[in-house]
Amino acid sequence: MDLIQWKIKRKKDIFKLENSPEILRFATAGSVDDGKSTLIGRLLYDSKGVFIDHIEALKNDSKGKNSEKIDLAHLTDGLKDEREQGITIDVAYRYFSTPKRKFIIADTPGHEEYTRNMFTGASNSSLAIILIDSRKGVLSQSRRHLYISYLLGVKNIIVAINKMDLIEYDEQKFISIKKDFLKTSNNLSIDSLNFIPISALDGDMIVDRGDNLSWYKGETLIKMLENTKIKSKNQSNESCFPVQLVSRVDNNKTKDFRGYMGTVTSGEFHIGSEVEIHPGKKKSKIKKIINLGNYTDAINRNQSGTLVIEDELEISRGDVITSINYRPKVGNKIIAQICWMDDESLSIKKKYFIKHANKSSKIMITKIINKINIQSLTEMPSNETIHMNDIGNVEIKIQNDIVFDSYRNNKVLGAFIIIDIETNNTVGAGIIK
Amino acid sequence: MKENLYLKELESEAIFILREVVAEFSNPVMLYSVGKDSSVMLHLARKAFYPSQIPFPLLHVDTGYKFREMYEFRDSFTKEIGANLIVYRNEEAIKKKFHPSKNGVAKCCGALKTQALLDALSKYNFNAAIGGARRDEEKSRAKERIFSFRDSFGQWNPKSQKPELWNIFNGQIDEDESVRVFPLSSWTESDIWNYIKHEEIKITSLYFSKKRKLHVQNKNLIPVENDTNLKAEEIESRFRTLGCIPCTGAIKSDADSIDKILHETLKAKRSERETRIIDHGSNSMEDKKKEGYF
Repeated sequence: MDLIQWKIKRKKDIFKLENSPEILRFATAGSVDDGKSTLIGRLLYDSKGVFIDHIEALKNDSKGKNSEKIDLAHLTDGLKDEREQGITIDVAYRYFSTPKRKFIIADTPGHEEYTRNMFTGASNSSLAIILIDSRKGVLSQSRRHLYISYLLGVKNIIVAINKMDLIEYDEQKFISIKKDFLKTSNNLSIDSLNFIPISALDGDMIVDRGDNLSWYKGETLIKMLENTKIKSKNQSNESCFPVQLVSRVDNNKTKDFRGYMGTVTSGEFHIGSEVEIHPGKKKSKIKKIINLGNYTDAINRNQSGTLVIEDELEISRGDVITSINYRPKVGNKIIAQICWMDDESLSIKKKYFIKHANKSSKIMITKIINKINIQSLTEMPSNETIHMNDIGNVEIKIQNDIVFDSYRNNKVLGAFIIIDIETNNTVGAGIIK
Repeated sequence: MKENLYLKELESEAIFILREVVAEFSNPVMLYSVGKDSSVMLHLARKAFYPSQIPFPLLHVDTGYKFREMYEFRDSFTKEIGANLIVYRNEEAIKKKFHPSKNGVAKCCGALKTQALLDALSKYNFNAAIGGARRDEEKSRAKERIFSFRDSFGQWNPKSQKPELWNIFNGQIDEDESVRVFPLSSWTESDIWNYIKHEEIKITSLYFSKKRKLHVQNKNLIPVENDTNLKAEEIESRFRTLGCIPCTGAIKSDADSIDKILHETLKAKRSERETRIIDHGSNSMEDKKKEGYF
């Protein structure tokens, strides 16, 4: 695509991001050729996320390839192997800011078989943009992207119907694609679902409204992204602090110092807060809070800190400190939905590690309950094992007790990765039911 | 820190990563290059483990071509905070007077930086090296993992990277393998400056504008430090990024305060690594990374 085709409108604002809301992490999902790279390029370009010398470098790259024009898709696929082979490896991360907010895009390749990439990209996202080519309408891939976003608890979905310029900005066509999409999405509980007609090529309804879609009265894409509110990782907002490290050393040489380092994944802790430590249901109170270099009175969600408690208890990495009214489960058997990510399929007899809430444990997958049929998006009994890019429900036996919750209720206590003991590869990821 | 949720989030994420490294690896090290990103990383490490000391040493891979101010800053600052600093040089190559104009940029970097780093990691048996690279710096970094696996030769294979989900990092390695860890992955250049401002982090004076003796060659402004053969002009300038003297260009600038630098960064139309001669040419960052470059 030629740069000149872009209605270039660089923002002159200074991005100070003072009093900024939280970072919005979102995944972009689409099928091959529905303009995802163009959309990302457009977001980066219009919000000044691309430097001129990077564009000039693209021009140089294009030389000698029988092309005078720059392919802006190359702004988003970085590796030489990929450019040479015309493929996309794995998830890439892009960064841009507007005066209102910082954004991180998890750019997931659109190939049909790349369920695992979508799973990876969605795991850290609070929002997903599902791109649909207006000429093709809702494809089975669109449904799959929606379904995976839903499984991973992505609360906000934007369905961007792209290439409106190629269907003469037809409102009726937009409405019929929307209706078709709703047939799938109505079966899933999604907090916020928005539809937007766009032309990534011309920039209509992305950063600027453009002149061609005046019948659409909703927000532009960038406004939707800027205004999205992020919910807590823990639905019920109870205070939760998985212990990451135990510190016994204090510069002031306090005798018997024991600080529990970690991040508040939901809720908050104050000096004097009554807490329970799992496993074991030991009770105590918060004595001191160190919030990064300073002693403070309270610590909130998403903040890293160090907690000191009143009583001398045996607490180690992987234990979880919570408010007394939060009762996570403790046990050595879980039922989970897993996505397999390795060439070597799941083996029932094999031992793996899981890493879950800062703790690594040996496991065995004792039973495959069923598999998700990726075409119909329904759970179907299966005699086969779980292969790469499959999603299935399994029973897992763990060597020791873990402190867990359902992923729906607490993302941090409900998520894990599966590691092959021999190869050390991350072979799968799971969410606890 | 003032209410700035986005910086707090970046800070918290980086601190979580630093603590994971300490929890999962027996012998980690932090690569300290004296630049702004290293300075931010070091500050985060101090905060992460307070009230304890930083539980790993710092490693400076010195090519002998760094700026005088960098050496002075390195020595005084690490002493001030009581950090354990290891300086490692490829003495053999330095004795042979490796220089980009003589050996070419690729060979010079390969010997003085990549080889020196790999040698240092193996000499001390470090199995996790924490680095300040950011994904926004250069396009081959956009797909870099936060825990980036290196084989027993210290090399990177972009096709066999492990998927990273949530903030659960796979730290399992075999004995002769290692990881590079990048806690600043999600930071951009302006995030770094915003954070330096917020936290009042000390950085070397090279980032601030003043009149400097520079040799003008095409678009590049090359610092004249020890090389008296070069024709020099006094130019109001600063360095946006720091490397070795022969390969680091200055930029014309009157930004002599953090606020002015921040303003300049936010307005910048060209990327910071443009003044780094090493990124260009046939031996790209991607190639260097595969060989083991940081």
